[in-house]
Amino acid sequence: MTDLAIETEKLVKTYNGTPAVDGIDLQVERGGVHGFLGPNGAGKTTTIRMLATLLRPDGGTARVLGKDVVHQADEVRSAVALTGQFASVDEDLTGLENLVLVARLLGYSRSGARRRAAELLDAFGLSEASDRLVKKYSGGMRRRIDIAASIVVTPELIFLDEPTTGLDPRSRNQVWDIIRAMVGAGTTVLLTTQYLDEADQLADRISVIDTGRVIAEGTPGQLKASVGSGALHVRVRHPEDRPRAAEIVARALGAEVLVASDPAALSATVESSAPAMRAISELEAQGITVAQFSLGQPSLDEVFLALTGHLAQSGDEPATDLTEGAA
Amino acid sequence: MTLEKETPTLRTDVQAVHSALSTGTRPPRPGPLSTSMAFGWRALLKIKHVPEQLFDVTVFPVMITLLFTYLFGGALAGSPRDYIQFLLPGILVQGVIMITMYTGVTLNTDIQKGVFDRFRSLPIWRPSALVGMLLGDAFRFTIASTVILGLGLIIGFRPTGGLAGVVAAVALLLLFAFSFGWIWTFLSLVLRTPNAVMGVSMMVITPFTFGSNIFVDPATMPGWLQAFVEVNPISHLVTAERGLMAGTATSAEVLMVLVWSAVLVGVFGPLTMRRYGRGR
Ligand SMILES: Nc1ncnc2c1ncn2[C@@H]1O[C@H](COP(=O)(O)OP(=O)(O)OP(=O)(O)O)[C@@H](O)[C@H]1O
Ligand SMILES: [Mg+2]
Repeated sequence: MTDLAIETEKLVKTYNGTPAVDGIDLQVERGGVHGFLGPNGAGKTTTIRMLATLLRPDGGTARVLGKDVVHQADEVRSAVALTGQFASVDEDLTGLENLVLVARLLGYSRSGARRRAAELLDAFGLSEASDRLVKKYSGGMRRRIDIAASIVVTPELIFLDEPTTGLDPRSRNQVWDIIRAMVGAGTTVLLTTQYLDEADQLADRISVIDTGRVIAEGTPGQLKASVGSGALHVRVRHPEDRPRAAEIVARALGAEVLVASDPAALSATVESSAPAMRAISELEAQGITVAQFSLGQPSLDEVFLALTGHLAQSGDEPATDLTEGAA
Repeated sequence: MTLEKETPTLRTDVQAVHSALSTGTRPPRPGPLSTSMAFGWRALLKIKHVPEQLFDVTVFPVMITLLFTYLFGGALAGSPRDYIQFLLPGILVQGVIMITMYTGVTLNTDIQKGVFDRFRSLPIWRPSALVGMLLGDAFRFTIASTVILGLGLIIGFRPTGGLAGVVAAVALLLLFAFSFGWIWTFLSLVLRTPNAVMGVSMMVITPFTFGSNIFVDPATMPGWLQAFVEVNPISHLVTAERGLMAGTATSAEVLMVLVWSAVLVGVFGPLTMRRYGRGR
């Protein structure tokens, strides 16, 4: 008997012979946010669905709040809540009806359910939209009603599966505020995300997951430190200069250079500022105009690249700190 | 997803979220009946918001009642008016059984959408989502039955069993339809697309409804077909319906339908729930 919020051992789920989750060992403490970071298809959703008792594992064990997800599924359900990756509210009902339904299912009386629903709609800034069908909601409103439905009864543990994917920055900030409020109220949050800055902002600890395995685990700071003590970020004025710039920086630092999806950006790990400054002057000396450079902690993008050998995401996602300032 | 400007009041209030979290204490766990009723309420709300989905329980029954009465009436019974006395209880069964098919199609669509993930993650009696859905469907079947009976009365159907007989007949039919619905809940969990559910449902329903005593007396059929009609549960149901509406039903006829209903729930209920519990 442990006091961990989540504890898994060699958790496996296989689809048609291909492992989606391939032996995940997790230990998540109670309280705070645990980040589950990985690219598309890494196995985040599959893992969460097993932990939330929606999917039966093909191998290994998982205990959530000390209860086995297979043999004590009902006890697990009584203490956790899930906000799925794809809206787990009923689009054909209004926001109010959705919350009343969940409240009724959780044992609220008719009037109690209406009161609780109204209270939540208010808190989530949805009271004006309460009688509108959820299918008419914007993406940010859907996310909020979905999360509201998950906390009709305050869960001890909540699974949030990519709660901010597809949201604009303002809606994303609102969801972050909600997550912080949950943590403040003592709920443990397991948050999956593809956004490195999101994990960095919210998570106390992060498990990096790729192709069904945990490939690294630690605090955001530890993960960054595991890659190198610091990083040099450079943006060249002309993207066509980048290949040459990468060579020059690699030579000056004696380190591998990473190129990001931003066609003018590159970065490398450095031990101290002196070699970094040398690399910059070398670029200028070779006639490459540097638009911007900075020294700092490595971003989680670099962590990911260093750990997996490929970039965390491809293209169309909002900027992470690697591509910031692309204007 | 509509992109609309949110007014400034549509903002999350962190303080309020915090206080909402602190008041979310868990009430005592509700029983199976109350959760099933909550899901039944959900089904009725869906009808309220999209009343077009009552099309299949109103227009379709009218169509088959008129079509079969006037198509076969003259040839089989001398006149449509005579035929309707024989046909109506059967066409009532046909109409409702064909409509049960939508149970599976709806469930299959529903499950693709993710809302069932929430239901399945709640600490409730597991079958209640499906039971509630079937209860909501019972409402639709009641509408279809009323439409068919009303139309039948207009074109000359005169049940000698009186109101009590008719009400008992509809009640028995609803019970059977509820039990029959578990075939579709099972299919909709096994098959991947609503179209596949539709296709398989048609393949099941067509032989069972047409290979029955709904339209003609089996005495005129070849022996092999008679043998099938004899064991077909739909025939037993139609016999009981005719008996109840005529006021001549025997308890054996009614019991037969009750037994079939129990068998359907007993077989397809657990099969459905096993599938439902396993997840996709
Ligand atoms: N029902 C299923 N049938 C077959 N394969 C599946 C199924 N669900 C998931 N997979 C496969 O399992 C792997 C992991 O999927 P999963 O949805 O867990 O990834 P994820 O990390 O959540 O990705 P994303 O960021 O895209 O949500 C993928 O390769 C996916 O194709
Ligand atoms: Mg996912």
